[in-house]
Amino acid sequence: MGKVWKFDNNLNTDQIIPARYNITIDEKELAKNVFCEIRPDYPKNVVPGDIIVAGDNFGCGSSREHAPIAIKGSGIKCIIARSYARIFYRNAINIGLPILECKDAYDGISEGDKVDVDLSTGLILNISTGKTFKAKPLPEFVLKIVEAGGIVNFLKNHEIEELAK
Amino acid sequence: MGTIVEEIFSNKLGRKVTVGEIVLVDVDYMMSHDNTTPLAIKAFRDIGKPIKDNDKIVVHFDHAYPAPNIQAAEAQKKIVDFMKEQGINNFYHQGICHQVMIEEGFVVPGRIIIGGDSHSNTYGAFGCFAVGFGSTEIGCAWITGKTWFKIPETIHIKLKGKMQSGVYAKDIMLYICGKLGMDGATYKSVEFSGSYIDSLPMHERIIFPNMSTEIGAKCGLIAVDDTTIDFLENETKAKGPFEKVKAINPIYEKEIEVDVSLLEPQVACHPDVDNVKELKEVEGLAIDEVFLGTCTNGRYEDIEVFAKILKGRKVNRFTRVLVNPASRNVFEKAMKNGLIQILQDAGCTIGVVGCGACIGRHAGILAGKERAFTTMNRNFVGRMGSPDAEIYLGSPAAAAATAIEGKIADPRKYLEG
Repeated sequence: MGKVWKFDNNLNTDQIIPARYNITIDEKELAKNVFCEIRPDYPKNVVPGDIIVAGDNFGCGSSREHAPIAIKGSGIKCIIARSYARIFYRNAINIGLPILECKDAYDGISEGDKVDVDLSTGLILNISTGKTFKAKPLPEFVLKIVEAGGIVNFLKNHEIEELAK
Repeated sequence: MGTIVEEIFSNKLGRKVTVGEIVLVDVDYMMSHDNTTPLAIKAFRDIGKPIKDNDKIVVHFDHAYPAPNIQAAEAQKKIVDFMKEQGINNFYHQGICHQVMIEEGFVVPGRIIIGGDSHSNTYGAFGCFAVGFGSTEIGCAWITGKTWFKIPETIHIKLKGKMQSGVYAKDIMLYICGKLGMDGATYKSVEFSGSYIDSLPMHERIIFPNMSTEIGAKCGLIAVDDTTIDFLENETKAKGPFEKVKAINPIYEKEIEVDVSLLEPQVACHPDVDNVKELKEVEGLAIDEVFLGTCTNGRYEDIEVFAKILKGRKVNRFTRVLVNPASRNVFEKAMKNGLIQILQDAGCTIGVVGCGACIGRHAGILAGKERAFTTMNRNFVGRMGSPDAEIYLGSPAAAAATAIEGKIADPRKYLEG
């Protein structure tokens, strides 16, 4: 169960982490400045297991992987957005940051709600209101990467060709 | 048979691919830069397997080069040490990665290139499938030589008509960003065609695939024609013969037609790329910094338009005017042809070749409450420095007029005829 941090549409990578902080690749260091401009309270108050709920086109803009890494470093369990920018989507999967696509959750979940997510089924429960939502299931090959904890872990033990099987 | 993206993948795989299908494909080149290579190295080291083919790896230093601080210097040193250790010789520090990729001949029709930079889409102007990736996947591809793609649906943008004087490809693309919005083409391929595209030289065509990123596209593509091939043969180190990549009986998800002759100069206003207005609506807005450069508009012809307007004039006393040529080649040509002297005389500051002020990590950083007018491709809050600064985007000509007046100005009054 996690507390919800809610964001709007078109949240871009500069808003997630401004370029001037991308001088490190350490996830804990990056996490100190994640969302620092649009939500200055976030780095101080986020708790491991919290959940981000957002609108459309989450993570648009730069290809910088520092953005999902900073979010992962801040302890976020999962992002639930209506849709994602494509590079952010790939990056999040590749670094093992769980992300779910769900059209209805945005309108049915408020800032600060307590939410439970089952990543394997995509079931989302808003404990604060009792409402449930179902996220779009991840494609099978994406699931293989997520289950391995990211593409790096996958490739340690597998050949890339196994993704397509 | 199919859209340009389907044609490229069908040719690569030797079979017909279909939209929605996930394919594993060999990559021709994997590009990354000083900002994105460190994480690629980390992924590579973590996996612990050898590089498949060193010659397919291309590394550029352009985002913050030469290093502006110790941390950047340390990061760059680590990259150089890594390249020496692994025998990676495709190393460039002579300008913006996308410009240098084209000049050095890596960008060729029909190729598949992945780039650790969101504007890798740029190469689509040459019928080359190129996409922005995160660093981890770049590091993975160093080992596997391959990556996976979902064959995207295609939005076809047909541009017809002849643009008015003082209106440029940048204005047209900003207009498209405003119409489609920042997620108007998410996950899709966008094909640009029509009599207007056919009439354009390469430096103007490049704008469309380059900024397809701003509407969320996976890639932006333009069919190869004689203009493309002339440019590749005469302006780059690429060796032909070149594939005439084009769509054959394509089925598009959506078609949009724009008559460019109806369009006036456009400006993307603070704080989003799709907050696009006609320039006249924001004319007169005070500007503290004008920046000409970037992978969108830092080419020779952009500097030429800019210098032509500034010739014999001075920039506004209270406006910083920065020019960063896209590459050493661009700089050299501008210098030989007297453009740099014109800019010097007008009171511009010439910066080092590279990305310059675009990402707020090198020179040209904005203070709070400052407002910039730039030829960049995005204007996100905080991108160029203070989160309390504002960024406006327009054409090189509009940037020149704005530099003279110190406020957003219509370039048409400075153009002859």
